[in-house]
Amino acid sequence: MRRRTLVILLGVLALAGAALDAQVGWDRLRNARREPQNWMTYSGTLDGWRHSSLTQITPANAKDLEMKWVFQADSTEKLESSPLVVDGVMYVTQPPNDIIALDAKTGRVFWIYQYQVAPDARVCCGRINRGLAILGNTLFMGTIDAHLVAVDAKNGRLLWNTKIATAADGYAIAMAPLVVKDKVIVGTAGGEQGIIGFVAAFDAKTGKEAWRFNTIPGPGEPGHETWPGDTWEHGAGSLWVTGTYDPDLNLTYWGVGNPGPDWNPDVRKGDNLYTCSALALDPDTGELKWHFQFTPNDGMDWDSAQVPVLVDMTWDGAPRKLMLWANRNGFFYVLDRVTGRFVRGAPFVRQNWAAGLDENGRPIRLINTRVSAEGVLTYPNAQGGTNWFSPSWSPRTGLFYVGAWKEASALASSVPVEFVPGRGYTGGSPSTKMPNIRRPTINTWTEQAGHGEILALDPRTGKEKWAFVMHDVTDAGILTTASDVLFSGSREGYFMALDARTGAVLWKALTSGQISSGPISYEVDGKQYVAISAYHAVFAFGLR
Amino acid sequence: MTRHGLPGLAALLVGLAAVTGRGTGAAPQTVDPAKLDTGARIYGSLCTTCHGPDGDAIPAVNLKTGQYKRELTDLDLMTVISKGVPGTAMPANNLSNNELFALIAYLHVMKDYGARRVVLGDAGRGRAIFEGKAQCLSCHRVNQQGAYLGPDLTTAGASFSAAMFQDTLLDPSSTAKPGNRTIRAVTKTGEVVTGRRLNEDTWSVQIMDSRERLVSLWKPDLKEYAILGSPMPSYKDSLSAEERSDLIAYLVTLTPPPAAQGRGRGAAR
Repeated sequence: MRRRTLVILLGVLALAGAALDAQVGWDRLRNARREPQNWMTYSGTLDGWRHSSLTQITPANAKDLEMKWVFQADSTEKLESSPLVVDGVMYVTQPPNDIIALDAKTGRVFWIYQYQVAPDARVCCGRINRGLAILGNTLFMGTIDAHLVAVDAKNGRLLWNTKIATAADGYAIAMAPLVVKDKVIVGTAGGEQGIIGFVAAFDAKTGKEAWRFNTIPGPGEPGHETWPGDTWEHGAGSLWVTGTYDPDLNLTYWGVGNPGPDWNPDVRKGDNLYTCSALALDPDTGELKWHFQFTPNDGMDWDSAQVPVLVDMTWDGAPRKLMLWANRNGFFYVLDRVTGRFVRGAPFVRQNWAAGLDENGRPIRLINTRVSAEGVLTYPNAQGGTNWFSPSWSPRTGLFYVGAWKEASALASSVPVEFVPGRGYTGGSPSTKMPNIRRPTINTWTEQAGHGEILALDPRTGKEKWAFVMHDVTDAGILTTASDVLFSGSREGYFMALDARTGAVLWKALTSGQISSGPISYEVDGKQYVAISAYHAVFAFGLR
Repeated sequence: MTRHGLPGLAALLVGLAAVTGRGTGAAPQTVDPAKLDTGARIYGSLCTTCHGPDGDAIPAVNLKTGQYKRELTDLDLMTVISKGVPGTAMPANNLSNNELFALIAYLHVMKDYGARRVVLGDAGRGRAIFEGKAQCLSCHRVNQQGAYLGPDLTTAGASFSAAMFQDTLLDPSSTAKPGNRTIRAVTKTGEVVTGRRLNEDTWSVQIMDSRERLVSLWKPDLKEYAILGSPMPSYKDSLSAEERSDLIAYLVTLTPPPAAQGRGRGAAR
């Protein structure tokens, strides 16, 4: 009996050890690059690289990729979710706010958590969710009715549910949250409804709010002077793409969206801080360390809703902590992420609104390019030179990869608009030759409408190393791997592998669904997979 | 119907009938232009992002022709606009009653909104010209007669204003939709293929070829590939102004029969 008890005890201890191992502690998240078999944060690692260290799939064998499984979502809405994979289990979301745990090897489902969305949710552009965060055994999801929920990763049971803003006023959470230490950080969407944007941190265990940083400064706060009269009260400044984190500097970085009303800059003359800006915040207190504004007094809906990519490089002979940012306004920036100072910048797509950037990185606006009631033809268009979909950085090639919209213009014009809480507060609209955001399956657009390209940019020069030209525009994020394979997709529904060094096409598969998400890579039982959300489904590919 | 607490059903129907002339059997009443402008402004700020400026950007939905995914009365439309459609990207919209009326009134006249007045001739003579002198059926199709090379015009009157037809007859390329472009391709074996472009992506193009076959071409197999303009000839000189006016009068009659309104009218896109 004694021996048996001991055996059982040892067994229990072993199980407990395994369970402890399975917990995704902060150390694992912070050192995610040491676990290339997993994909534990939105961008794979906290620096926003969307780069996998796995090397089984190579430029030589990528032609042997095949579909391993497909998961059909129970939703007619487009998936923009970037999955997480932890120790063989994939966690992905389907619209509006369901979480699915599935076997990353077979695609079979373990459980589904269905969040009941309140009927007063007022999203501008579809019931979008871009994914989850994990800490310990808990998953975190923002909802389109502006709640943050914590769900047990083992069984999908709700642990806590915190209302963080009023959905009826246009607040919504679309981004995957970011975990830093013991806190879950999210920002709010609602930039088309005249909200006051914010980034807020919540205790991962309880859901209690720890701090909140408003992206539109109120009376008495620095930056308030950039808003005339009471315009700040509807200043927008939403956040809808996950930020990044530098553990050495203990700073978290976020991109802020457009000012409100979107296309009527004359009613809010001034820089309109902190819209269209990068923010560096202390993750423990929410204190603003620095900001850099890409587009002062924006009138084109050019959200800085991009993932801030953190890169350490030798620059002019000295090591620098930098931030790379291809912005919706058409310029590609290199910033010093310690100070927020401008290092260099240049257009990466055709633009006609600025003569360039001054020594501080501020755009030198050309006259007669302000959006007005008469309308002005603007490059890039309102969708921008790029948008929310993730770029990628490869430390092997030293190149920054981004999905760009080339030769895309819009005739943007202003109309008067009255603010009503929860209502659209856009003040105009861009008339465009471009395909619609939710363009149908059939594409008959011509070259005059612009097109998508995957660009490999050299941060030192801002120049294109290569470009892969697509017929349609793109909303697909980019993944690179340590074997120099680049994965991305297209609106046309292709998922493809390119040579990250040259842009040569190595392989492609037709998913037949618009790809509006970022690829991830993971490994189960020694086999590398690449997964992508495409329209209503998640696809996983691996070598034959 | 949601936050503002809309009035009762009877009041609603009376209100809508006054706006649109539909739903009570009454003759359409003149809509206040200012109300249409309000509707157009609301459409521009709330609807264009998803539905597109022409109301046809969502598959199986065409706001100009009243084509929805299911049959919708004006009252249904109000519900859809104010409450949204769960399970789809259609959001709830916080509009006042007057704004809802204005938006629906605009949707009903969207096709003609802003169009110039065009003098209409005799539709009977126009049909004879369409089928005879102008040889329209050699490319187009109406009620299962004619060719597949150009767009099927069976319900074109529901989508296009008389002004749009006039512009097309005078200068076809000025109004040609990207979907009606002709392509010319030469395969690596030297075969020349022409046709109407139905769909295109980075690697392939789908066409109705000159022999009315549905053909898919793989771009890596092509030696040459070009997208050309509209193949339609101008009728500026070949028809008189009176003949064009008759032809337009016929074209605007090409609408779905009332029984088909909103049901089973899936249009080829």
